Amino acid sequence: MRRKMVTALLILVCILLQSTVCQMISIASIKPNLLIILIVSFGLMRGRRSGMMIGFFCGLLTDLFFESVLGFNAIIYMWVGYFSGYFYRIFYDDDIKTPLFLISVSDVAYGIVHYIFRFLLRGRIDFFYYFGRIILPEMFYTLILTIICYRVLYMINRKLTIADKGGVDSFV
Amino acid sequence: MKKTTNDNLKSKYLLAGLSVFCVALILISFLDSSAVAPVKQVSGFLITPVQKGINGFGSWLSGLTDNFEDAETLRRENKELSARVDTLTEENSQLIQDREELRRLRELFDLDEQYDEYEKVGARVIAKESGNWFQLFTIDKGSNDGIQPDMNVISGGGLVGIVTETGPNWATVRSIIDDNSNVSAMVSTTSDRCVIAGDLRLIDEGSLNLLKLTDAENKVHVGDKVVTSYISEKFLPGILIGYISELENDANNLTKSGYITPVVDFRHLQEVLVILELKEYSADDLTAAPGGSGVTAEPGQTESGQTEAEQTEQSESETVEPQ
Repeated sequence: MRRKMVTALLILVCILLQSTVCQMISIASIKPNLLIILIVSFGLMRGRRSGMMIGFFCGLLTDLFFESVLGFNAIIYMWVGYFSGYFYRIFYDDDIKTPLFLISVSDVAYGIVHYIFRFLLRGRIDFFYYFGRIILPEMFYTLILTIICYRVLYMINRKLTIADKGGVDSFV
Repeated sequence: MKKTTNDNLKSKYLLAGLSVFCVALILISFLDSSAVAPVKQVSGFLITPVQKGINGFGSWLSGLTDNFEDAETLRRENKELSARVDTLTEENSQLIQDREELRRLRELFDLDEQYDEYEKVGARVIAKESGNWFQLFTIDKGSNDGIQPDMNVISGGGLVGIVTETGPNWATVRSIIDDNSNVSAMVSTTSDRCVIAGDLRLIDEGSLNLLKLTDAENKVHVGDKVVTSYISEKFLPGILIGYISELENDANNLTKSGYITPVVDFRHLQEVLVILELKEYSADDLTAAPGGSGVTAEPGQTESGQTEAEQTEQSESETVEPQ
């Protein structure tokens, strides 16, 4: 219960930060993607199911607040969370390389899916422009932010796990 | 071992179920956007105050850093600005004369000054769309202050965008530099019509696409003013959009296209004005529309409404050509 509440709070805080604070720290009008960090980190630390659920709710809330089409972000984020959960088994506590790698792959995948469905289908075929101008810079910026955020998320997860008395596989 | 395979299967089913749910949601919101509007109303109502708070803190923070700006730039700016004041004063006196003349001419023609003074309400930008792909933002005023979908939003004397959704205390605005945006416009000197389309690729250069300009007499030049046109469905006429920066003949030799530089600084948008007046044409349309897809049915316009706009645009330019 406690884990659920903390996770819900984390999701909400991340969405709020994404729409307000990220706007202020954007470089060349590119914002980092805080939500990907949250989803992939938790998928990695908690397994497929957690990643999937967190991704789903993150996406759904983003859709609710900012998009006219509901469900689009939800489905992408959900799959991102689910697949990052596959790496749960090879996850080591202090290793930051795995999350860095996973987050960059996820962010690029997210960007490409976004491009295909919302730009390519409208006839904007200049993929390499969008890749170089939006997808790659967003990935690098997100990576830099990961280095800071991942520690915090890791601490939160560990506190929660200890509070759950070592039940790492408990249902979220 | 059995437990883990069970768990695996379970989460796979869950994934499939939720995916189907998402696809259904996408379809529903595509087909009938009024069905999802109430949910969005509630969520917007809850989250807006928090965003407002965070944003207030942020602008206080950036205000602090602004204090450290060095005196050198300030001095230079001061110099530039005082030079500008001189030219503006000169221009102003000229304009006052012109206005007097205009007033007399208007009286002569018995035109009411309907477009001189719109009733407006000021609002603060509190959040932007969460990704890097679109140019939507949220403002801190909503239907409680009389804002409705399709109202025009201006800032610094130029067109910013259009309200797409409203809640009691918030509204979403799509700016004209958004990749989905198309505005029916005209060149103010010749009244030649054109379409102003946003493009993500042009945002860095700070310009917008100008398409389908019918200028058979070659009277439109670079530097001419572009304003919203009289025939636009949703934009009030005569709002300044920007100035033409480049112009070329299209391959068909009938129309021209190019780029314009908007007057609004979209990157540093903080306060905007919402014009509390709907274009009558669209207002009539909405009340005439049967069924539940009335005034609140606007959220889905990002895609569907836009293509409609483009179609009308096309027919407009076709009707113009014979002139």
